[in-house]
Amino acid sequence: MSDDLINIKVNQKEIQVDKNLTVMQACEIAGEEIPRFCYHDKLSIAGNCRMCLVEIEKAPKLVSSCTMPLMEGMSIITNSEKVNAGRKGVMEFLLINHPLDCPICDQGGECDLQDQAMYYGFDKSRYKENKRAVDNKNMGPLVNTIMTRCIHCTRCVRFATEVAGVPELGMLGRGENAEITTYLEQSITSELSGNVIDLCPVGALTSKPYQFKARPWELKRTDSIDIFDSVGSNIRVDSRAEEILRVTPRTNEYINEEWISDKVRFNYDGYYQQRIDTPYIKENQKLSISNWEESLKVLKDKLKTLKPLALIGEHVDLETGYAIKKFMSNYGKDNVECRTDNHAILESLDSYRFNTPLNDIENSDLIILLGTNPKIETPIINHKIFKAYNNDSKVFNIGENISLNYKTEYLGESLSSLDNENLIKALKKSTNPLIIIGSAFLNKIKNIKTLKSIFSYADKYKVITKEKNNLNFLNPYASRVGQLIIGNTTNKLCEPFSNLKKDNFELVLSFGSEHIANEQFNNCFKVYFGHHGDDGAMGSDIVLPTPLYTEKNGTFVNIEGRPQEAKKCHNPIGSAKEEWSILKKLSDELSFDFIPNTFEQLRSELFEKHPILSDYHEIIAVEKSTSITPDIEFEDCKAEYPISNFYMSDVISKNSVTMAKCVEEITSTPSLLEKSA
Amino acid sequence: MSGNHPGLSNNFSRSGEKFSWSKDNLRSIKNIISKYPKGREQSAVMPLLYLAQEQNNNWISIECIETIAETLNMPKIRVTEVASFYSMYNTRPVGENLVQICRTSPCWLRGSNKITKTICKETKCEINDTSDDNKFTVVEVECLGACSNGPMIQINNDFFEDLDEESTKKIIDNIKEGKPNVIGSQKGRRSSENA
Repeated sequence: MSDDLINIKVNQKEIQVDKNLTVMQACEIAGEEIPRFCYHDKLSIAGNCRMCLVEIEKAPKLVSSCTMPLMEGMSIITNSEKVNAGRKGVMEFLLINHPLDCPICDQGGECDLQDQAMYYGFDKSRYKENKRAVDNKNMGPLVNTIMTRCIHCTRCVRFATEVAGVPELGMLGRGENAEITTYLEQSITSELSGNVIDLCPVGALTSKPYQFKARPWELKRTDSIDIFDSVGSNIRVDSRAEEILRVTPRTNEYINEEWISDKVRFNYDGYYQQRIDTPYIKENQKLSISNWEESLKVLKDKLKTLKPLALIGEHVDLETGYAIKKFMSNYGKDNVECRTDNHAILESLDSYRFNTPLNDIENSDLIILLGTNPKIETPIINHKIFKAYNNDSKVFNIGENISLNYKTEYLGESLSSLDNENLIKALKKSTNPLIIIGSAFLNKIKNIKTLKSIFSYADKYKVITKEKNNLNFLNPYASRVGQLIIGNTTNKLCEPFSNLKKDNFELVLSFGSEHIANEQFNNCFKVYFGHHGDDGAMGSDIVLPTPLYTEKNGTFVNIEGRPQEAKKCHNPIGSAKEEWSILKKLSDELSFDFIPNTFEQLRSELFEKHPILSDYHEIIAVEKSTSITPDIEFEDCKAEYPISNFYMSDVISKNSVTMAKCVEEITSTPSLLEKSA
Repeated sequence: MSGNHPGLSNNFSRSGEKFSWSKDNLRSIKNIISKYPKGREQSAVMPLLYLAQEQNNNWISIECIETIAETLNMPKIRVTEVASFYSMYNTRPVGENLVQICRTSPCWLRGSNKITKTICKETKCEINDTSDDNKFTVVEVECLGACSNGPMIQINNDFFEDLDEESTKKIIDNIKEGKPNVIGSQKGRRSSENA
């Protein structure tokens, strides 16, 4: 028997468990369910709801199992009369001041209090006095509050402090006067604030946009992936008929744990706003409604004579990317580009992805942020850095002096600040340093030497060792890593996209990329495949409607190189057609070779060509890592951050009313700028 | 006690004036913080709230909270939580003299009801109210720990014990007229010796 294991009994069943667990965790291992409200795996232990009472032999009273450490030989009883009576008592007290408004409560049907009252509660109330009423609090445009329902578990308070890293929520007063509120009822300024809705075990904190929309049993669940940043958080999309009514997280311990960002949780109303639902053709400088037959005929004629270039946007899945590549190969090489933001890369996979597995970030003891603002680019990664920070990791920042929800040491605005004395000193002491270089620099680097130098630097200071590679490249786009893996780029090296010779191309096909509006394409014939009309669509000659990620199946590779599937939730809006089927039709008419007849065939062809992509949920291994050169030489470039406003970073969010409210109410809150530590 | 009690309300308000520590207080703060281990400065929040209340006319304004949060480098909401938890931190302005009447059993048995009535009559304000001239705020409180000398009241930092209607009226009158009062027993008892 190892030192860490001890023998205990749960309901007379003998088991061996880790001695560092609590009684509640041991009971769970033994398969006994313990009811609870305040306890949550990811948060610190509070022990204030008292629902998890169990009996421990030789203890005079019931003990709260979530706070009780284990001891050798402990005998725990979870099903005795005494325990049941205890639970009933606690339940009765909790319900004294809880309103009986389940029929009009949004939490109804998925409420912990409702469920546990059914299992463990009393069937009637003995309370004849008045119930207390609490004023509702403002928590911003996302979280709806009905504070009379609150049972003071303080999960939301602990979440805000420990996970979101914005200590803005608290419990004021005491006893009967206790109330949960944000400081001076200001909006929560976190990008993860929506998660308090999932955490709340009752209906006190609910989703504002989802208010009175549906009951959980009416909804169809579809598993999907967050495509609004590159982390690839696992989400579940709940829909009724042809409408998405809410988005909630799916637990994935390797990626997003139990959290998702507010953008994917709340921007779904933008899915149905300003949609391109039918083909358009430009006539007399104005886009007018057309049909598929006519628009494809025009496009086909153009494709016969003009030399095309394909641009890939930020929300394009791998199957579509593969179909585009296949179609474009008929016109030669180097004519598909996903690095429309001038993203500099080297040949190998390890030069454009996040090489540290996301759940290892927290083990780092020194983090260097190079031209990245993880708080608004990838809130989930920011949470992991915050975890590392709480484990006493030091965070250095180079680029702009951005404000994050943890302390950083600012070193300077250019890459050469990597030679800062303090930093070098800290690096030499550090055992597990980590570098994150973001788009603000990657999009500006023009010289291949600079990128190679970053590798050399990482090698010199043990960021890259034989066992691990902690040099991470972060870009905020969901499609990028996958598209680069299948080779949808014109130049594998640092050559920026803006250097593309415009004379070489006469026709631009943009798949959801707004860069089609760039000046360099002014003289080209422009075709926009997309779902939302923004600048890109407005300036195009032909606009073709395509489905959103929730309206088709698709594979996305997240920033750390993990392929995952986003599943179709409902049929496309209007007459939108999947990109591959449009390209198939064009190929047939132009008598190009394009075999797949169905999406499944397309996908299996993709997997045949790129077998590494078929292994869903596993991180792709690097075949050949970038070779290290000894010399270090950084070019001088100024950081320019790709996203300035978290709530308005893409075409869908720009069309979301909820996101617009967030911009108005949250980003304009002065406390965001002058936040206390 | 009703929620209107200045120490038991969760609603904080701004005074509209900047709050910054007086020189004396800055010195005391340094001394107080030095009592706690490094990195645990936040433990000093309660004595600092007390100092702030003393300096800010006997109540804690939002400005006070923000200054304390800044001084101790802690989130404002944490300071607010502490200030709202304890009834002796007033969350709204009170009169120059905060009259706290003990109404727990021993004082009540010895006639605290009469004392309450007298005080309300003399100061012309109701329980939890502040008089029009801003001289008095009257509140009822639980036991203040001078049971053997009940009935008793506390005015700002001073105890007045062994009260009856007459002596209570005198105390209030003296305050109104700016005359000094005898602190402690009004019957000439020393401490709580046998009457």
